[in-house]
Amino acid sequence: MKKELLILGIETSCDETAVAIIKNGREMAANVVASQIESHKRFGGVVPEIASRHHVEQITIVIEEALQQANLTMAEIDAIAVTEGPGLVGALLIGVNAAKALAFAHNKPLVPVHHIAGHIYANRLITELKFPLLALVVSGGHTELVYMKEHGHFEVIGETRDDAAGEAYDKVARTLHMPYPGGPHIDRLAQEGNPTIPLPRAWLEEGSYDFSFSGLKSAVINAVHNAEQRGESIAPEDLAASFQASVIEVLVKKTEKAVAAYGVEQILIAGGVAANKGLRQALEHAFSKNPGIELVIPPLSLCTDNAAMIAAAGSVMFEKGIRAGLDLNAIPGLDIELYNG
Amino acid sequence: MNQFERISTNSEETGQFAAGLAELLHPGDIIALEGDLGAGKTTFTKGLAKGLEIKKNVNSPTFTIIKEYKGRLPLYHMDVYRVADSYEDLGFDEYFNGDGVTVVEWAHLIDEQLPEERLTIFLYRLEEDRRKMVFVPTGNRYEELCKEIFK
Repeated sequence: MKKELLILGIETSCDETAVAIIKNGREMAANVVASQIESHKRFGGVVPEIASRHHVEQITIVIEEALQQANLTMAEIDAIAVTEGPGLVGALLIGVNAAKALAFAHNKPLVPVHHIAGHIYANRLITELKFPLLALVVSGGHTELVYMKEHGHFEVIGETRDDAAGEAYDKVARTLHMPYPGGPHIDRLAQEGNPTIPLPRAWLEEGSYDFSFSGLKSAVINAVHNAEQRGESIAPEDLAASFQASVIEVLVKKTEKAVAAYGVEQILIAGGVAANKGLRQALEHAFSKNPGIELVIPPLSLCTDNAAMIAAAGSVMFEKGIRAGLDLNAIPGLDIELYNG
Repeated sequence: MNQFERISTNSEETGQFAAGLAELLHPGDIIALEGDLGAGKTTFTKGLAKGLEIKKNVNSPTFTIIKEYKGRLPLYHMDVYRVADSYEDLGFDEYFNGDGVTVVEWAHLIDEQLPEERLTIFLYRLEEDRRKMVFVPTGNRYEELCKEIFK
């Protein structure tokens, strides 16, 4: 007699080696993340080869640790969920191959998961999803507005046309000679400064939910450059505050417009940039006047890459009957709309 | 070494020039793009993609390192900034010898892995929107290509 669904999730798309076990789609039985940020700091960014090597070293240890934390054995697990993309190919492959080996050795079904679907489903570990919903996904590689009319169905209604929001943070941090990862540094600095430097907001065409952060990045570089040529210097905290104000205003306004146009019940925030304090405050402020719509912002530990979110999304996909064969491959540029369950 | 120069007054002009170049490209052509942050590498590649009749939006490949697009010819868009001098086999050769056009941003960082014959384009920010584009061809194919572009 089997009464609960236990999914083991594996995530290795970038610089975190993570394994988690989720019970019945929503309860966290184990959540282990081995971060590599320290190893990549001195290179000013994630170095793919180093990331892959770390994943190889960590993956079996992390799987063992997750099983121990949950006090479970592989025999009790119902299926293995794994990130198939998007991400760094060499990093993804470690997780995919570990998942395939586990599935083969223990004769368990294999469930492929889209990384962004995972970020969205991190919210289901906080509260039950209410459809239709809108997810604002903001991370180092993604800036997207995703509309979901039901479980496992993803429609991208807006995306970045150039740089992702997190990427703009990292590049601006690089211009200000701040260490990697740049986002938290800019966020902290922004809290100390004032948005006194005029920077552009890219609204794009009327009715578009797309984003563009490349012009903003160039404007920041121009501001620094022009000040240097005049022999002046700009207070970095004011520049950070001005940059952050521009990013947040565009993210929040576009989300508000999409929420109104699509008449959603719930707004989910997902991805690493959701850890940004300024963004959290602005979203809470914007949607507090709208009590009919629930705003969900996951805790920091579920915003950054983790495997609990992969197991959570994997649980839904498992129940929808999504399976992969042992020929599952890593797809670095996987499109979320092609992943619809 | 031959080199060719062109000043562009704004990003539209940079894009149009890149689109014009795209019309002359063949399968297997390799373009190395060099320039600081904000110099216009992605803008240039967007123009090139347009000239290759690629309909999908071309955005920054910084995160995934390689992005592929379908057009008149396939476009392989790479940002190797994070690859630096690592020797990971990302399957670059398959792209370089493939049926498409490869654009490599920050190409000098993987100099040893790049084919010797290629077109290197340096983008320099002059002020605000003005950019200088310097084309340096290596090998016959790319010398002819440059003569064709700048005739």
